[in-house]
Amino acid sequence: MESLTLLVQIFVSAAIINNFVLHYFVGICPFLGVSRRVDMAFGMGCAVTFVISIAALLSWTFTYYLLRPDAPLPAWLWQRAGGDPSVAIDLSVLSYIMYIFVIASSVQFVEMYVRKFAPKLHKSFGVFLPLITTNCAILFACLIILRNLQDPAQLWGPAEALTLALGGGVGFTLAICLMAGIREELELCDVPRPLRGAGITLLVAGILAMAVMGFAGVDQNLQNVIDAFFN
Amino acid sequence: MPDGPTASERFLNGILPENPVYRQLLGMCPVLAVTAAMLPALTMAAATAFVLISANVIISLIRGQLRPHLRILVFTLTIATFVTIADRFLAAYLYEMSKVLGPYVPLIIVNCLIISRCEICASKQTVRVAVADAVGMSLGFTLALVSIATVREVLGSGTWLGLRVLPEAWPNWGIMVLPPGAFLVLGLLLAGVEWWGQWRAERAALAVASVSRSLQGQSGGAAREEEASSWKA
Repeated sequence: MESLTLLVQIFVSAAIINNFVLHYFVGICPFLGVSRRVDMAFGMGCAVTFVISIAALLSWTFTYYLLRPDAPLPAWLWQRAGGDPSVAIDLSVLSYIMYIFVIASSVQFVEMYVRKFAPKLHKSFGVFLPLITTNCAILFACLIILRNLQDPAQLWGPAEALTLALGGGVGFTLAICLMAGIREELELCDVPRPLRGAGITLLVAGILAMAVMGFAGVDQNLQNVIDAFFN
Repeated sequence: MPDGPTASERFLNGILPENPVYRQLLGMCPVLAVTAAMLPALTMAAATAFVLISANVIISLIRGQLRPHLRILVFTLTIATFVTIADRFLAAYLYEMSKVLGPYVPLIIVNCLIISRCEICASKQTVRVAVADAVGMSLGFTLALVSIATVREVLGSGTWLGLRVLPEAWPNWGIMVLPPGAFLVLGLLLAGVEWWGQWRAERAALAVASVSRSLQGQSGGAAREEEASSWKA
């Protein structure tokens, strides 16, 4: 039960309470750029959720076996090469380069796969895929996973990493779709001239962020509910 | 010699006319995330400037070897290397500050500002021009970070760089140091810059119109009088 509670907590925290866009400010570029129409915003959200899950699983694998301070693979190679077993190998200095490489290549592969096997899907959100490489939300998810793997007290498994990625993706989709809905209505409003475009979008985002702050503490209550349900 | 703006023009362009944040809306993530107080904002600006200038120099030096389909990958890997250096440096010498900045230092890798400068300028120009461009853009970015952090820190905690500027009785606007404050301040500042630009453009247009009227002189005046008389009739 402990692990299920943790998973629910991670998901709710990433999706709503500490929303990637409205609390951590990652993924602002598409949030401002692709939030003109709800259907395009939804396509972008789906693409991000898809890529973020793949990148999170890949980066968890690399971090767990290769990059974290007492990872098994480098230590094994070191000993095979005749190195001193008491020397600790720490490759975590390579982690940023590794992550950006993983993200760039997984975006490339996802685009090729989708173009080949789901042309209809590719038509609807394929244009967003190359943009996603420079989306901070994906690197941010990888960095959170890295932080939780460096701490031996709470060694995350792949399930936690995937839950975080899905929660982050859902939270991003939620925020960008809300924003697009509001901006569709704003088209009909008489916005003061200097505020048009990015200005009014940021003001609306501020009000949305205030609304999201109201969810603080929900995760604790959810945990209580789950505990009460299973005990 | 490649055409386009000269080194000094690029340097000045980066600061105000093409300010990366207010004009080009680039690198919004750190602009919103680390500006709750001045000190983290300045550290962030310095780290970004270091990465931007070093990456521009390297990309400009190897611009002859770049292949079109691999260039974005080369840009990101170069940037990631320098970000790793900056991150380790902060963790070693400014440990408290690196705790405050947290994941936003590694997120410099995906700051669109740096990639766009590599793509637009450094991969096509000589080292001297690339450095001038990077320094100008860094100053513009610093200016933007400092302006937002000033508003947020003064209103949110009554201090500036840790020095008290508003009286003790000032009721701290808690919202300013929280995430919504970042969005609101940036939105209003953007609108202010936009309003200023439009005001200047309008004033310039008025001046041009009055000059051309006075140059047209007699003929224009005669035509207007004729028109007025026809209306009267």
